[in-house]
Amino acid sequence: MSKISVVPYGPQHPVLPEPVHLDLVLQDEKIVSAIPSIGFIHRGLEKLVEKRDYKEMVFVAERICGICSFGHGMGYCEAVENVMKVEVPDRAKYLRTIFQEMSRLHSHTLWLGLAADAFGYESLFMQTWRIREKILDMLEMATGGRVIFSIVDVGGLRKDVPDEMLAEFAKRLKDLREDYNRITAAFLEDDAVKSRLCGVGVLTIEQANDLGCCGPFLRASGVRRDSRMTDYEAYAKLDFEPVVSHDGDSYARCVVRIKEIYQSIDLIEQAIAQIPAGDVCTPVKGMPDGEYLARVEQPRGEALYYVKGNGTKNLERFRVRTPTFANIPGLVEVLKGQDFADVGTLILTIDPCISCTER
Amino acid sequence: MKMSKSPWLLHYDASSCNGCDIEVLASTTPVYDVERFGVINTGNPKHADILVVTGGVNYQNKPVLEQLYAQMPDPKVVVAAGICACDGGVFKDCYNILGGIDKVIPVDVYAPGCAVRPECLIDAVVKAIAILDEKRARMKAENKA
Repeated sequence: MSKISVVPYGPQHPVLPEPVHLDLVLQDEKIVSAIPSIGFIHRGLEKLVEKRDYKEMVFVAERICGICSFGHGMGYCEAVENVMKVEVPDRAKYLRTIFQEMSRLHSHTLWLGLAADAFGYESLFMQTWRIREKILDMLEMATGGRVIFSIVDVGGLRKDVPDEMLAEFAKRLKDLREDYNRITAAFLEDDAVKSRLCGVGVLTIEQANDLGCCGPFLRASGVRRDSRMTDYEAYAKLDFEPVVSHDGDSYARCVVRIKEIYQSIDLIEQAIAQIPAGDVCTPVKGMPDGEYLARVEQPRGEALYYVKGNGTKNLERFRVRTPTFANIPGLVEVLKGQDFADVGTLILTIDPCISCTER
Repeated sequence: MKMSKSPWLLHYDASSCNGCDIEVLASTTPVYDVERFGVINTGNPKHADILVVTGGVNYQNKPVLEQLYAQMPDPKVVVAAGICACDGGVFKDCYNILGGIDKVIPVDVYAPGCAVRPECLIDAVVKAIAILDEKRARMKAENKA
């Protein structure tokens, strides 16, 4: 029986792009338990509803996280629209779906790059991020922003995307598919990568359900749950199946995300083919009065947006439950019994977004 | 030998929304590629010459930021990346935000934007390199005297 030692991990650490702190209790090289502490990026933006009116809050909601910023803005708008009984035009619904899937595309690509970096594949990281820039170019073309778009608004979208541009997107997505075919082989077939991922950090289906995990982390453990199935925006009219894998290890999480990349491309193509003509914004009158809870599937999992209005221009309460927050108990469970050297990749496999978590 | 030929970056996220962080990373990857100028993103404060900080600093990460700054060897330059790091930005009125990293450590270059664009960030790093050389020359002169 060897001595127990505690190793602090983070908040500033080469493998972590964002600050999260873990106290790792080690026995030799094996992890006995992990104690997370968060709060390094807590800003307290929910409280800002008292100072900003419900329309200005769209900008704040977008800045919950810079990676899934569009989805956060959309989730907030959806909640407010439901409180105010605003019907969003069909074209705006489709465009929102397209932007949301593009965000997923760039977020998963970003994750692939960071994962490659974590297991030491520097040039694979660079190649992955080269592809990501192509998606950012498309988003910039349509919205004007690279990471924060500010295009979503209560009632629809702030501006339309012309059909010619959508046709151009469809063309570029075809090329993107080729690009992805080239790099994903490195993640799925390379022996060295497999040895870092296969069988490491297994989360069983029971654990995943009990701990309330969500997103690709949950689906990699064999649970078929995806909030896009709840048919918000234009998802009801698009044909898709949640991506599920059954092994629950790091490799399965990687596979799920890669398959979701292709799924997103497919969804965008479907949406571009079906998109109707028309307005993109319904004028909004009055003040929000009532409450609503919106569910949105973000790249990292299900996010909840609770909004409560009292008939004044400022909301009474705004609450966000983000996916990484739900996944941290799962991460702590996954870390137990693993090698110390695998901690970096294991933290990355849940695709942590700390600034979402702490808001 | 001029240090400015290959300055190493240390990036720390002091309560930003991630938008600026991924732009900092994006500037090291192929399209913008600051690595061709010898700029390398390191994870170790003791190897770093330029500290790039994003976000408006909250009470919990204030000591972390102070420590990182103290651990960097002289001469060192600080770049505030993004409007939050400059003055708090959209989160200025939040109860937990100090509002700008210059409340905690001295800042040499401010790069505004929400999120900061890679072009702007690269420009800021180039300005920081000039300041780094200046500081180094001053240090040398002081040591001789």
